[in-house]
Amino acid sequence: MKLLVCVSKVPDTTTKINFTDNDTKFNTDGVQWIMNPTDEWYALVKAMELKEKNGGTVTVVNVGNGENDPIIRKALAIGADDAVRIDAEEKDSFYVAAQIAEFAKDKGYDLILTGKETINYNGFNVGGMLAELLDQPFVTLATSLEVEGEKATLTREIEGGEEKLEVNLPFVVSAQKGMAEARIPNMRGIMAARKKPLEVIPAADVEALTEVKSYDKPKGRGEVTLIDPENVEELVDKLHNEAKAI
Amino acid sequence: MSILVYAESFEGKIKKQGKEAVAYAAAMGDATALVLGTADESELSALGKLGVSKVLHVNDERLNAQDSKAYTKAIAEVANQINAEVIVMSFNSTGKAVAPRLSARLKAGLVSGASDLPDTSDGFVVKKGSFSGKGFAFYKITTDKKIITINPNSFPVKEEEGSASVEAVSVDLADSDFGIKVVSRDLVKGGIPLPEAELVVSAGRGLKGPENWGMIEEMAEILGAATACSRPVSDVDWRPHHEHVGQTGITISPNLYIAVAISGAIQHLAGVSSSKTIVVINNDSEAPFFKHADYGIVGDAFEVVPKLNEALKKFKESNN
Repeated sequence: MKLLVCVSKVPDTTTKINFTDNDTKFNTDGVQWIMNPTDEWYALVKAMELKEKNGGTVTVVNVGNGENDPIIRKALAIGADDAVRIDAEEKDSFYVAAQIAEFAKDKGYDLILTGKETINYNGFNVGGMLAELLDQPFVTLATSLEVEGEKATLTREIEGGEEKLEVNLPFVVSAQKGMAEARIPNMRGIMAARKKPLEVIPAADVEALTEVKSYDKPKGRGEVTLIDPENVEELVDKLHNEAKAI
Repeated sequence: MSILVYAESFEGKIKKQGKEAVAYAAAMGDATALVLGTADESELSALGKLGVSKVLHVNDERLNAQDSKAYTKAIAEVANQINAEVIVMSFNSTGKAVAPRLSARLKAGLVSGASDLPDTSDGFVVKKGSFSGKGFAFYKITTDKKIITINPNSFPVKEEEGSASVEAVSVDLADSDFGIKVVSRDLVKGGIPLPEAELVVSAGRGLKGPENWGMIEEMAEILGAATACSRPVSDVDWRPHHEHVGQTGITISPNLYIAVAISGAIQHLAGVSSSKTIVVINNDSEAPFFKHADYGIVGDAFEVVPKLNEALKKFKESNN
């Protein structure tokens, strides 16, 4: 199987979020960067499992500048065979998807995997856009995936439950919890990753469809109103009369 | 501004999120609703109560199962037929699969998970949550055609008198437009689907075991709420994964979120911080969740929850 995994670089989950330049830019000072969790834990590890079972290769693709290389090397340390970085500044999700589609269109990948969303933009966009640009089926929010020959069996989450699906290769899938168990790279993997190929290719000429004008932070909830555990009726009263929640 | 809104249906009925999308689109301007697959005739014209005067219906039973490829072709064709400038969908499992494809097909800028109506005073700017609930981004869509998916529970549905005209439209769908075969569907029996719930009662590891969930289910039943849980609880299979809210689970934005014995790790907050009112019940007064709550009770869940259930029952009885 020829597998492609799209990985993104994001601020670590626990990073404090601040904005700069009159709230028009994300403040990167002191930010710890990581591989997007669902890309790493579910999409990449599932690709490794499929390769171990069915044979083949796992390529990692990322859109970004040289500062993304440590993230890409981590993906190689987890076990990907090689990597491609499309040398461009991420503009929006369509820009990223179009770059990856341009790279992938004539390579004959059997399956392209992404995480369900990035934890900075929370868009859920790249996988679906990529599928459309490549004219392939797309399964989102997938919680399991098995491949037999040309046919894949998946489960995906829907509101209030899940569906079991069959899809023929090739297709694009966005993965979430349940798909695979996260792996930690071992020393052998880290050493091997240094020697694995990381190709840098120029960006295609693509226009973004959106731009971020500004950022804001949610208004704090203010101080919590503590209620005496012996007087839960007060909570019921406040939920009804003050919060209008019940 | 011509707006097309996809009113999602399931087993013939328009879903709550579909109604929210219709109300949102109607608040923006002159909107036409689109329903795909078989649907009850009365459900279609009733969309007029939400502010649309016209409903287009592609009555093709192959569309009863969500296939992002076929849906994209159908919605794009109808959007082109009526020269829609804006397409509105729900930010749910269907919107997450279909809206990005539509965006790529129509070269229409997409903002997914909008939490407010667009601001058109200077271009077309849409607010959405970002950084897993720690920020908002204001996106300007720079293309002529625009797509918005809206967050569940972010737009109120008010039904008024009205009835929409229903028109059947046909879309040329070939078998090759369908790439996905749904083999089976496993839905939670009874209860309210978590992503659609306005009230959610959730519990964490502090409840010590799945056998102690009865009082949480009881509270959910009294309130007409959905039940949820934290990640460690679903990881050890005390509760099913589809109840897990948080960064790796489901993101929800109910009117009320009651968290019992959950400490409030940042990954959990990422999934619930946009809840309108948050109540935290925890015996650890230092639990970080109290900093993100509107109301808190420091106390033992096993003592507080049964008492609260009694108080809620009395409240419900006297208010019915």
